[in-house]
Amino acid sequence: MGDNKLHVLKGIDVHIREGELVSIMGSSGSGKSTLLNILGILDNYDSGEYLLNNTLVKDLSETKAAMYRNQFIGFVFQSFNLVSFKNAMENVALPLYYKGVSRKKRNLMALEYLDKMGLRNWAEHMPNELSGGQKQRVAIARALISQPKVILADEPTGALDSVTSLEVMNILKEVNQQGITVIIVTHEKDISEMTQRVIRLRDGVIEN
Amino acid sequence: MFDLDKWEEILSSIGKNKLRTFLTAFSVFWGIFMLIILLGAGNGLENGLKNEFSNDAINTIWVYSGMTSMAHNGMKPGRHIQFTNTDIEEIKRTVPGVVHISTQTNIYGQTQVNYKNEQGSFEIRASYPGHRHIEKLEILEGRFINEADIMGFRKVTILSISVKNALFKEEDAIGKYIRINNIPVKVVGVFDDSGGEKGRQQIYLPVTTAQKVFSMQNRIDNFMMTINTTSLEESNAITEKIRAKVAERHNFAIEDQNAVFISNKIKELKKFTNIFDGVNIFIWIIGIGTIIAGIVGVSNIMTIVVKERTKEIGIRKALGATPFSVVSLIVQEAIIITSVAGYFGLVAGVGLLEAVAKNIPPTQFFDRPEVDIMIAVYATILLVVAGTLAGIFPAMKAAQIKPVVALRDE
Repeated sequence: MGDNKLHVLKGIDVHIREGELVSIMGSSGSGKSTLLNILGILDNYDSGEYLLNNTLVKDLSETKAAMYRNQFIGFVFQSFNLVSFKNAMENVALPLYYKGVSRKKRNLMALEYLDKMGLRNWAEHMPNELSGGQKQRVAIARALISQPKVILADEPTGALDSVTSLEVMNILKEVNQQGITVIIVTHEKDISEMTQRVIRLRDGVIEN
Repeated sequence: MFDLDKWEEILSSIGKNKLRTFLTAFSVFWGIFMLIILLGAGNGLENGLKNEFSNDAINTIWVYSGMTSMAHNGMKPGRHIQFTNTDIEEIKRTVPGVVHISTQTNIYGQTQVNYKNEQGSFEIRASYPGHRHIEKLEILEGRFINEADIMGFRKVTILSISVKNALFKEEDAIGKYIRINNIPVKVVGVFDDSGGEKGRQQIYLPVTTAQKVFSMQNRIDNFMMTINTTSLEESNAITEKIRAKVAERHNFAIEDQNAVFISNKIKELKKFTNIFDGVNIFIWIIGIGTIIAGIVGVSNIMTIVVKERTKEIGIRKALGATPFSVVSLIVQEAIIITSVAGYFGLVAGVGLLEAVAKNIPPTQFFDRPEVDIMIAVYATILLVVAGTLAGIFPAMKAAQIKPVVALRDE
């Protein structure tokens, strides 16, 4: 497992304002996932600057990166990435565990967020007992519970049918209306059309 | 370090990954359990065989007659050596260091012992007063044989408690007469043998009386003595002196090993002690091997656990887990599982040993299987520490993995 350097992004200059609903589009290999990982402080970048909430995010220690992720960013993944041995409520509550919120309080908050997603009755269910749409709603609740500045969604509808996709997109829109910046990576045109701004990537550069 | 919330997180993770928990726990449990059983069995064996020696005085030398195997001074080999009372007197007189000396000449052939209507056939031994010290006999009533009995050919006898019970039942035996081959003999004492021959049906007679009654002239089969030392060198020197004296008196080559057999109990005990040192080393090698197997088992499982949890770790990191919190989660889980399992192994092992000790009567090969509890505790701590170390390295590696790698879809 050598760290082979591969230049995927070849000069990105973009400013996403607070409260925007943006989609990043591009075919596979265009560098959209890499961009998202850098935005999510999940991956490092070689050159340039990334300012998150006016703070320079570069070469952070793991601990610092973890703190920023916990504070500013909520993730939604294509494959949901729920912890399989925790039920819906515990999954939603997990970010608060790393914030140091007591179990009782965070479980209560988790129920509240699940309620917003219409999943209160599913709180005790394990991820493998939930449908794809339900899992993604649990994941969104989990991304929201730490009250982040930004929601980063990597192909949030990639594993869902069109009806459920629409539901999820409506939820993300609602989230955005509450003032949270939402960045969606997708390769589906109708998904990107539901956002305010589309950033098109091709071969590591922004088009037009 | 103690953080209730973290423990709840760990406990819920343990509870929800039952197979993984069980496998880790079992390899620790088994390692400790086996170590305790092994050490306990070794100690039981040692205790059992040590009992064999503690029954009789340890500083004794036993001499048995044999048959010459070498020509000597014009005498052919194959000559039977016959001891007499004179041998005993001479050894006592000429060999320094001998304290009590006696014989244990058994009376063979048809012997009938009866008291009133009760009768039986018992082991009859002809001995000297000193025999009490050699066999460590415990006198329950009356007395043992004394010098006056020997000098005066007195028809007196000392019964073992089981003979007394067989002949006299509840009745008092001291001063009563029993008949041996119809010859009346007065009971002057009742004894119990403190160890290996407990419960044996034995009767002691003064050697001179027995020789007269059973027409043995002054013949004895063997003689044995306690000596005034417990050192191996000194007892060997006394043994050599006895051999020289007997060889001179009975006219056989001193190097003839078959003419007489001399057993120096101090030397025998030393031999056993050496064997047990060997057995103990062997047990420790196996025990340490078991512990190592346990450590390897735990390490293996921890490595797999970390691999299995890579994705979970990635999720946790994406949600804001620091590398330290990831490592401490995995390591503390390992500590809890190994220490709880180790404790159960300890309890189960000690419990089984206790059950064995309680329910299986001690034999001459096995008695009081016990284990030094501190050794068991140290072994458990060792396994816990090893399990922890085994968990730390893969956990640290996993905590360094970038979440993007951990979360990559396969």
